[in-house]
Amino acid sequence: MKVLTANRLVDGEAVWHAAGRGWIETLEGAELARDKAAEERLAEIGKASYLRDEVVDVDLIDVDLVDGRIVPTRLRERIRAAGPSIHPELGKQARLAAARTA
Amino acid sequence: MYRYDEFDHAFVTARVAQFRDQVERRLAGELAEDAFKPLRLMNGVYLQLHAYMLRIAIPYGTLSSRQLRKLAHIARVYDKGYGHFTTRQNLQFHWPALKDIPDILGELASVEMHAIQTSGNCIRNVTADHFAGAAADEVADPRPYAEILRQWSTVHPEFSFLPRKFKIAVTGAERDRAAIQTHDIGLHLKKNDAGELGFAVYVGGGQGRTPMVAKKIRDFLPQEDLLSYTTAILRVYNLHGRRDNKYKARIKILVHETGTEELTSWIEKEFAELKDGELKLPQADVDAIHRYFAPPTLPERPIGWSALAAARKADAAFDAWVRRNTFAHRHPDYACVTISLKGIGEVPGDASHAQMDAVADLAERLAFDEIRVSHEQNLILPHVARADLRAVYDRLVEIRLATPNAGLVTDIIACPGLDYCALANARSIPVAQEISQRFADQARQEEIGDLKIKISGCINACGHHHVGHIGILGVEKKGAELYQITLGGSGDEHTTIGEIVGRGFGPDEITDAIEKVVDTYLAHRSGREETFLAAYRRLGPAPFKEALYGSEARAA
Repeated sequence: MKVLTANRLVDGEAVWHAAGRGWIETLEGAELARDKAAEERLAEIGKASYLRDEVVDVDLIDVDLVDGRIVPTRLRERIRAAGPSIHPELGKQARLAAARTA
Repeated sequence: MYRYDEFDHAFVTARVAQFRDQVERRLAGELAEDAFKPLRLMNGVYLQLHAYMLRIAIPYGTLSSRQLRKLAHIARVYDKGYGHFTTRQNLQFHWPALKDIPDILGELASVEMHAIQTSGNCIRNVTADHFAGAAADEVADPRPYAEILRQWSTVHPEFSFLPRKFKIAVTGAERDRAAIQTHDIGLHLKKNDAGELGFAVYVGGGQGRTPMVAKKIRDFLPQEDLLSYTTAILRVYNLHGRRDNKYKARIKILVHETGTEELTSWIEKEFAELKDGELKLPQADVDAIHRYFAPPTLPERPIGWSALAAARKADAAFDAWVRRNTFAHRHPDYACVTISLKGIGEVPGDASHAQMDAVADLAERLAFDEIRVSHEQNLILPHVARADLRAVYDRLVEIRLATPNAGLVTDIIACPGLDYCALANARSIPVAQEISQRFADQARQEEIGDLKIKISGCINACGHHHVGHIGILGVEKKGAELYQITLGGSGDEHTTIGEIVGRGFGPDEITDAIEKVVDTYLAHRSGREETFLAAYRRLGPAPFKEALYGSEARAA
């Protein structure tokens, strides 16, 4: 399984592609590619967005579904999705935690 | 300190305007990423895991209070409230938005700073001994020569597209605190028998995936030949350095593949052509640069000795701080102070905006307005009267920067690692934090004595693990972090590359493994006076392997 990820050009924010919603700031909600055809379709979306100068460093990354949650295979991508492990008060993890308590 | 002249001001201001235009065109879609990327890199802008990163040059690690305050301001307004001091005496911000970077560069230009040549295959920020111009054991201040090299190398048209990046370090003391032998060019400023200044020249040092200790190719180069000789080295490298393979493109590989003798003959031949030309440094110009670095007038403060002795006797924590974090100044009434950015369990090299502001105030009030950044990721106040040490310490306690651990086991160098860096394979900072917590006890640290642990999160070795007395290299194995230990490295005047001790350790095992190494040293040392490094050199790896791997080591 794969998801499409990139960094937003204007501020470098890590983003993932969601069906019908374009680039979103959380891995949660990203569109899953479960077969080759879906991967190719996502890759095309990424390429087109890159050419429109919306994002950079476009990549299809490996993920698993764990208890219904998308979990990237590589630690690198898990840290990208959360924020620095040494600063739980910063990055996406902080925003998610704030949203949960709100 | 060096002050920008008209030319410097005009150049840096023009560069900001140019980059502002480039960013606007990029954001408007008029410049493609392929075209823009080399432009942003030339201005120190990288893209990392979570955001862009801006690397700001701090030439030879020297800052004024005004400059440090500006860095604090940028951290507060444009970033997330902190900055990271690096092993190349630079500062990195890990969260700037691309759209804000032209404004940040404008702010930097207003205090004579920039981010030019902090990336790319060019001559990078020239680094120097962090005690330059202050240390008791120094022959001469190396910074005027670092400044001459900075001026010469900035947008040097011939050397802006080298086979690979190029790093120069300069020291002015026999005891090398700038790790010059791990640089592409290392310069050791010294005096000859006639009392004239010149340099021992080292070439081809470096870390990364192929660590090499630099080779000395000149024992004494007269100082007026600095630029002609450096140009000769760069020319030979530019012409013969490999461009077919990124991993073999550094000058260390050229030195290795060509042989030191042969390569030196090429350099000397080139130098013979250049020696009496326009690159010869005119003494008047050298003197003018030296004047910028004239030491502050240091009034006699003899009262410091007795007051200090009494204060140390009365307060064990202050006593420990003076013992570990001060260094002999050439003026007996003064000391060089290390401000540890390695609080127990903290992120090595990080400082908050409030801490930066407070250090700037302290420097202005009690340290002649000078701050240095060390390649060991600490800050330095190079000139503090011994009579003022207590006041400096008290303020550092208030801002939580008074950890008395300079040179001890918790004074760890660590690269940003996988918490930020797009190149990293493993995290470095959490490993440093856990080791720091394990060895938090001051008495235990002092019992262990001088011990440098250096951690890199990938083979590029930004955390200098190859020259750590204990080096830790993070790798990725089967999707998980694994840490290799090297022992016996050193980045001083006897630079040595550490040796890999055996198979790696998982994130949950590495701190225990480091503790075993340290305990093995304590058990085998001949006495307290035998440091970890000296003991390792005497003992070799066997007892450490035995402690780490037991029967496994014996079977091998």
